[in-house]
Amino acid sequence: MTRAGGWLVVVAALTLPLWLRSPYHVHVAIMAGIFAVLAMSLNLLLGYTGQLSLGHAAFFGIGAYTSALLTLKLEWSFWPALAAAVGLAGAAGFLIGRLALKLRGAYFVLVTISFAGVISLVSINGIELTNGPLGLPGVPAPELGPWTLRTKTAYYYLVLAAVALSYLVCRRLVRSRIGRALVALRENEPLAESVGVDATHYLVLAAVVSAALAGLGGSLYAHYTRFVSPEVFLFTYTVTMVIMVVAGGKGTLSGPLVGAVLFTVLPEALRAAASWQWQMLSYGVLLVLLVFFLPRGIVPKLAAAFPGRR
Amino acid sequence: MLAVQGLAVRFGGVTALESVSFEVRPGSITSVIGPNGAGKTTAFNAITGYLRPSGGRITYDGVSLAGLRPSAIARRGIVRTFQKTSVFPALTVEDNVLTGLHLRGTAGFFAVLAGRGRLIAEERALAAQAAAIVEFVGLTRRRRETAGALPYGEQRLVELAVALAARPRLLLLDEPGAGMSPAEKIVVSGLIRRVREQGVSVLLVEHDMRMVMGISDTVIVLSGGRVIAEGAPAAIQAHPDVIRAYLGGSAGSA
Amino acid sequence: MAELLQHLLNGLVLGGTYALLGIGLTLIFGLMNVVNFAHGEFYTLGAYVSFAALALAGVDFFAALAAAIAAGAALGWLCEIALLRPLRNESIDTTMLVMIGVWIAMQNAELLGWGGVAKSIPHPFPTAPLVLGPVAIAPLRLFVLVLAAGLIAASWLLIQKTKLGRAMRATFQDRDTAALMGVSIGRIHSATFAFGSGLAAAAGALLGPIFLVYPSMGDLASLKAFSVVILGGLGSLAGATLGGLLLGIAEELGAGYVSSGYRDAVGFVIIILVLLLRPSGLFARQERIA
Repeated sequence: MTRAGGWLVVVAALTLPLWLRSPYHVHVAIMAGIFAVLAMSLNLLLGYTGQLSLGHAAFFGIGAYTSALLTLKLEWSFWPALAAAVGLAGAAGFLIGRLALKLRGAYFVLVTISFAGVISLVSINGIELTNGPLGLPGVPAPELGPWTLRTKTAYYYLVLAAVALSYLVCRRLVRSRIGRALVALRENEPLAESVGVDATHYLVLAAVVSAALAGLGGSLYAHYTRFVSPEVFLFTYTVTMVIMVVAGGKGTLSGPLVGAVLFTVLPEALRAAASWQWQMLSYGVLLVLLVFFLPRGIVPKLAAAFPGRR
Repeated sequence: MLAVQGLAVRFGGVTALESVSFEVRPGSITSVIGPNGAGKTTAFNAITGYLRPSGGRITYDGVSLAGLRPSAIARRGIVRTFQKTSVFPALTVEDNVLTGLHLRGTAGFFAVLAGRGRLIAEERALAAQAAAIVEFVGLTRRRRETAGALPYGEQRLVELAVALAARPRLLLLDEPGAGMSPAEKIVVSGLIRRVREQGVSVLLVEHDMRMVMGISDTVIVLSGGRVIAEGAPAAIQAHPDVIRAYLGGSAGSA
Repeated sequence: MAELLQHLLNGLVLGGTYALLGIGLTLIFGLMNVVNFAHGEFYTLGAYVSFAALALAGVDFFAALAAAIAAGAALGWLCEIALLRPLRNESIDTTMLVMIGVWIAMQNAELLGWGGVAKSIPHPFPTAPLVLGPVAIAPLRLFVLVLAAGLIAASWLLIQKTKLGRAMRATFQDRDTAALMGVSIGRIHSATFAFGSGLAAAAGALLGPIFLVYPSMGDLASLKAFSVVILGGLGSLAGATLGGLLLGIAEELGAGYVSSGYRDAVGFVIIILVLLLRPSGLFARQERIA
């Protein structure tokens, strides 16, 4: 994508609410933004280190619950709660990273799923803390100084800021010595080690940042939907994130963004035509087809067709 | 510089190395030769932290290397290449070497997130160093090509460049001449000599006798997991045990 | 004491079916190096086929079981031929993604086909439990236990005594040599995947009447199967059998003495603990699979 194209996207994103016709459309944009943050977080792990985390919903959920509980029960204001959510999710990422990144491939995946499973069960059973399956309603809306961000448009800009921040973080990381180290570990780990790239250090780093960003997404989600329940741990969220990253293009910076927009807008657009079961079914089929026909995703294909900067 | 004492490596019932002792003197080119299966690559793996020895001591400048992971050993200045060609196949030659320069960079997580000016300067310096190293191995005209697409001999040069980028004081080369044409081997031998001139000590495993005898100061012979001879090339060539090891029991190569 | 024995007995019933799941997966994962996240879906398939056979077609229990196994094996064979074989040389991550796709597709197909409401599989057994000394067991569960044991024994026989089983073992130990000795690796893979999927379907058909049948029942089944495989060791039939029984008993004891809400956590905790504490001690391959 050229520089001009990039600026076009930025301008379009900044002015989006002005030319969307209804609050419903803004809602879709907000959800796309939240999922963009989540997809970028997963991409950092899957796309750049090559390790697949299928427990990402756990970090998303930890972020959501932390933020919700702190604002609801301890009456914190939004911004410290957001920071705590990001921090706690990142800490969980550190834990998983340190413990599980002795493992690679399938075993790492299994540990991440198991971790998500345990956290999910805690949220269902730990009634005193999380109110169990009934969830936590009435999560307060964020305040910015004297204003409360209650309108969809206001929230959209909050989410947009988060998307921009996440993108910048990922971009800075990826286009640096750290990014080179991550890619090296993905491409040839023994060789990377032989030139001084400490696998554990960098994989844990990726896990922490990845988890922290997912926690950011979780907090944004909680304060937008104003309700958190164990449903955040549903596997469908993780699956959606994986599809977004794989279809958009793992290992690219804009892939997850494209994937997030595509797979938020499409389901909403097709909602009248097909129930979500049909959509999930097609996600499954799509994943198989992608692996066979478009393994690197959409963005690299487009980049090859229109050469220019990525 | 590097002292290996009584190194032993056993897997299950198999003893790959038993009581191997040798030294690498600073500024020297030392070769390890021996019939296939003598344990040469195993010794490399043990020295560079890819394998945990079952016994013995490995010290570098007097400090033990026990229990260190490969990246920590690399940080101490010991870098190795691999027997099977090992590059980052999807990256360009330049990016391969840039990755090898990892230890030369200083940008940590917070610096990367925050930094602008200092980071750009460092990246520019690293790019220049990468270009110099690519030039050193003679691949400048290939620098933008994908490493995985290069012919075998050139991939091995990339591999050497990546190892050199990590600024080793001791370079371990695992069969640098394997699969190369005689002309390519001459190029590699020349590079190894130039590397030594720059103050890097070299320990290499090799099967090509002419190459070994041509550049080595010291030759160590491994057979059946043990050191059976050590000395100057001429002495080794005449050594009766060595001749027996190569022409006797196990299949040798010359 | 009687309570403990009761839990142990219940655990055995559950464990027998977990063993079936585990045996199937350990063969697939161990021999083919495929991370089969769809394994649980074959379990679900078995349950639904059994339901269809019993509730709709009115056949007897054995026929329903046979139908379930056949369906699982056939679909498994198809999956291998169409999806896995072309990807044989790809990395394990690629096959993992494909099987995740199959997982999602199968589950939602079942959701669409059968609806989300749980179904109950009718069975011909009396509901009054048989009392055997200090413990009691429902006739259905006893029947399930006996059948599971029978299927486990049949699997052992197949692997140890038949030509196919020998070929499978040889391929697992040393694929290249096996190929040189004339073993058709492709056919072994298809047979292994079909066999493993058939066993999963059998587990579903057996457990279906005891619990309810619903489309997402396979999710936990998959993870528990992985738990059994990790506990027992990749590629080990004995390990999978023992691991399955252990998991079943652990779950029952956990649910009985600790908390029933967390019973499913036992499998997760096993995965986490075993992989973190003794990953390389449990299986022949290194932990780095890629």
